[in-house]
Amino acid sequence: MILDSKIPSGPLTEKWDRHRFEMKLVNPANKRKFSAIVVGTGLAGASAAASLAELGYDVKAFCFQDSPRRAHSIAAQGGINAAKNYQNDGDSVWRLFYDTIKGGDFRAREANVYRLAQISNAIIDQCVAQGVPFAREYGGYLTNRSFGGAQVSRTFYARGQTGQQLLLGAYQALSRQIGLGNVKMFSRTEMLDLVVVEGHAKGIVVRNLVDGTISSHAADAVVLATGGYASVFYLSTNAVGCNVTAIYRAYKKGAFFANPCYTQIHPTCIPVSGDHQSKLTLMSESLRNDGRIWVPLKKGDNRRPDEIPESERDYYLERKYPSYGNLAPRDISSRSAKAVCDEGRGVGQTGRGVYLDLAEATKRLGEQTIRERYGNLFDMYKKITGEDPAKAPMRIYPAPHYTMGGLWVDYNLMSTVPGLYVIGEANFSDHGANRLGASALMQGLADGYFILPYTIGHYFATMPKTKTTVDHVEFKKAEETAATKIKKFLSIKGKRTAGSFYHELGSLLWEYCGMARNETGLKKALAKIPELREEFWKNLNVLGDSEGTNQSLEKAGRVADFLEFGEFMCQDALGRKESCGGHFREEYQAPDGEALRDDANFCYVGAWEHKGEVQAPVLHKEPLEFENVKLMQRSYK
Amino acid sequence: MNFKLKVWRQKNSRDKGQMVTYEAKNVSPDMSFLEMLDLVNEELTGSGVEPIAFDSDCREGICGMCSLVINGIAHGPDRGTAACQLHMRKFKNGETIYIEPWRAKAFPVLKDLVTDRSAFDRIIQAGGFISVNTGSAPEANSILISKESAENAMDAAACIGCGACVASCKNASAMLFVAAKVSHLAALPQGQVERAKRVDKMIAQMDKEGFGNCTNQFECEAVCPKEISVSFIAKMNREYLAFASKGGGPETTKGEGI
Repeated sequence: MILDSKIPSGPLTEKWDRHRFEMKLVNPANKRKFSAIVVGTGLAGASAAASLAELGYDVKAFCFQDSPRRAHSIAAQGGINAAKNYQNDGDSVWRLFYDTIKGGDFRAREANVYRLAQISNAIIDQCVAQGVPFAREYGGYLTNRSFGGAQVSRTFYARGQTGQQLLLGAYQALSRQIGLGNVKMFSRTEMLDLVVVEGHAKGIVVRNLVDGTISSHAADAVVLATGGYASVFYLSTNAVGCNVTAIYRAYKKGAFFANPCYTQIHPTCIPVSGDHQSKLTLMSESLRNDGRIWVPLKKGDNRRPDEIPESERDYYLERKYPSYGNLAPRDISSRSAKAVCDEGRGVGQTGRGVYLDLAEATKRLGEQTIRERYGNLFDMYKKITGEDPAKAPMRIYPAPHYTMGGLWVDYNLMSTVPGLYVIGEANFSDHGANRLGASALMQGLADGYFILPYTIGHYFATMPKTKTTVDHVEFKKAEETAATKIKKFLSIKGKRTAGSFYHELGSLLWEYCGMARNETGLKKALAKIPELREEFWKNLNVLGDSEGTNQSLEKAGRVADFLEFGEFMCQDALGRKESCGGHFREEYQAPDGEALRDDANFCYVGAWEHKGEVQAPVLHKEPLEFENVKLMQRSYK
Repeated sequence: MNFKLKVWRQKNSRDKGQMVTYEAKNVSPDMSFLEMLDLVNEELTGSGVEPIAFDSDCREGICGMCSLVINGIAHGPDRGTAACQLHMRKFKNGETIYIEPWRAKAFPVLKDLVTDRSAFDRIIQAGGFISVNTGSAPEANSILISKESAENAMDAAACIGCGACVASCKNASAMLFVAAKVSHLAALPQGQVERAKRVDKMIAQMDKEGFGNCTNQFECEAVCPKEISVSFIAKMNREYLAFASKGGGPETTKGEGI
């Protein structure tokens, strides 16, 4: 099969306009005859469900949380990019496009990224109209802050809770449509399978997490907005409920999975303190504006930080990257922290940590100013670690945060299964091999508010006019498969909890497929994961029954999918014999240790096709063509 | 650290439920309260006892999913902190800790510590929004909003919808939650058109869901993980009076504007 990205012809700047004109429409009176299922209610899902309902389509929305407002978009801190050029500092749609494609290490599609930049401004307009309380200047105008990977100030924010406020805006728009009866909302409901009838996505099978019943829902199209899979690492900044199940099930039903090895490890998180931890917490990257990052020069130096004199400290980012210093990009900062800890120079009980020191800035600016800038972060740090960052430097360490890989979609955001759309972090489309800060919120809302509502109409207008109901045999089959699997989990009655397998898998992946990867390690992981999976199916212990709430059972289902997906991610990482963005293969680095891309052989999107349980998946390559930007090596020295 | 836990166990919404005692052993002071429960659950599972069901998701105090009454206080003893960010070092070794679900008529228990808070969603669905369809928005800077109004709106909008306010109130009142949304939208120019209708509809839904009235004791503010101020309740009351006093009820507020 040849992957058709369906990128419209014509100059880059005109593609989207031209495409919108060329797409077929559904007339207003006919819209209510078409139905869509939206799974996930984060920024992408909630904005899509609300917008589709406003247009008049018949919408059902699903989330596993107790309310659509709790989706993990809510935890995004920093902000959202847009090319408004309010600062008069030279920003433009073209510059946002260029920064994003370069930030992604030239592994994204030009046409998609350009469209994203074009739409960015309308998102800000929409959110302001909804009542999102963005930060303002005294004159009443919107203000901006700067973010990594850009030399202009284009990030809109609402204190440190931008994701929360944008999600509440989308949630409120969705709630309005629920109240009007245009969206039927199913909370505490988890998708277990995708149903494909005669090659088209026609519905889903779900489990009600309160009463345990399994049921089917049919529609003319299915939209997955179920987020990323960084939680495959067990410890990540994702919510504990985040999982890969929906997109992995869709992959098994024929949707290709693109670039699973592209994962983003965020450099500034509170380090792991022990085996008991269930998640890691991000400390905003903005701290690096005033903070200096260092470790002791000597290995195993156990002195308190204030006892280590200047001459015995290694400010390694300033040493290695004099021009960017402590503001080196995420991937580079993360890898450098790992390197010094691998040398045995890490700090804290576990030795996996580096100091983020604000002492010099405090001396220069005064404690008051530092507290005004970072007070809320200090409080968060203090709550979690029990240490006061005003008195001693913070300890930080990189942690899995976001995944650029996801289901393959064409320019219309449709997967390789007709009628199955994938939006937000769940798809692979816009960030290439590395995402820039403040771009995830932009992409989720672009997909949901301004792209999907147009492209799905074209599908409805042109699809075969056959209505499928839940009585179709494919629904019954999927329901049976789901029920059988649940029975299996409950019948193993072994000795280990799903959580313990999950923890072990996560540690393996972090070790061998984390910040830096190599062939030997990946092969080790590929040998160990199937063993772990085998033990899972023999030695799992899930108590309780399938009727009613059973959180252990929910977890078992998610871990079962992670155990397959983790292996798949390692395979992809092994095959991509180059370093790009978040995918760093130790064998492929420049003499100075920087990531070494191989554009001659790997300038493509790698999309995997599932071939059944026995046969290995097949890799399809979508070549990336750059007609408007020049490929170059990134350097930050 | 070691603790004795007294935990509310309830099989489902029809079950009567009871407090059951468990031991929590070898707890690290660095664990969050929920991680301590994870540990207890691992051990319970090992000994054949079904683990304790409780809600949580982001575990960084922003999603509002976690909902535990700890030693009689919603979200526990640490002020301005959700249970997921409460750490065990805040407790004394050997202490007995009581853990219960949110208790309110409008929040029925589904299992153990898990409650149904969909009443909050229905209040928002009744009117907690600005009616703007995707695509209709004017240029973002065409409507100026003073920094003060934006900050004030943000103070109210910081609510995470966890329901601790309801759980702590002897009347199980949802006034702080509703007031936060009413105040957020009323503080902004975009929210003016529907201002009257909004407060009317949200309060009507709040009453319908079975939440109690406010008697000004302010437990809600004391337990709120985001420290939302009760002054927003006063603000909501003024909003309501301003519109209801002109004849009372939704009838008079059918017209647009204020």
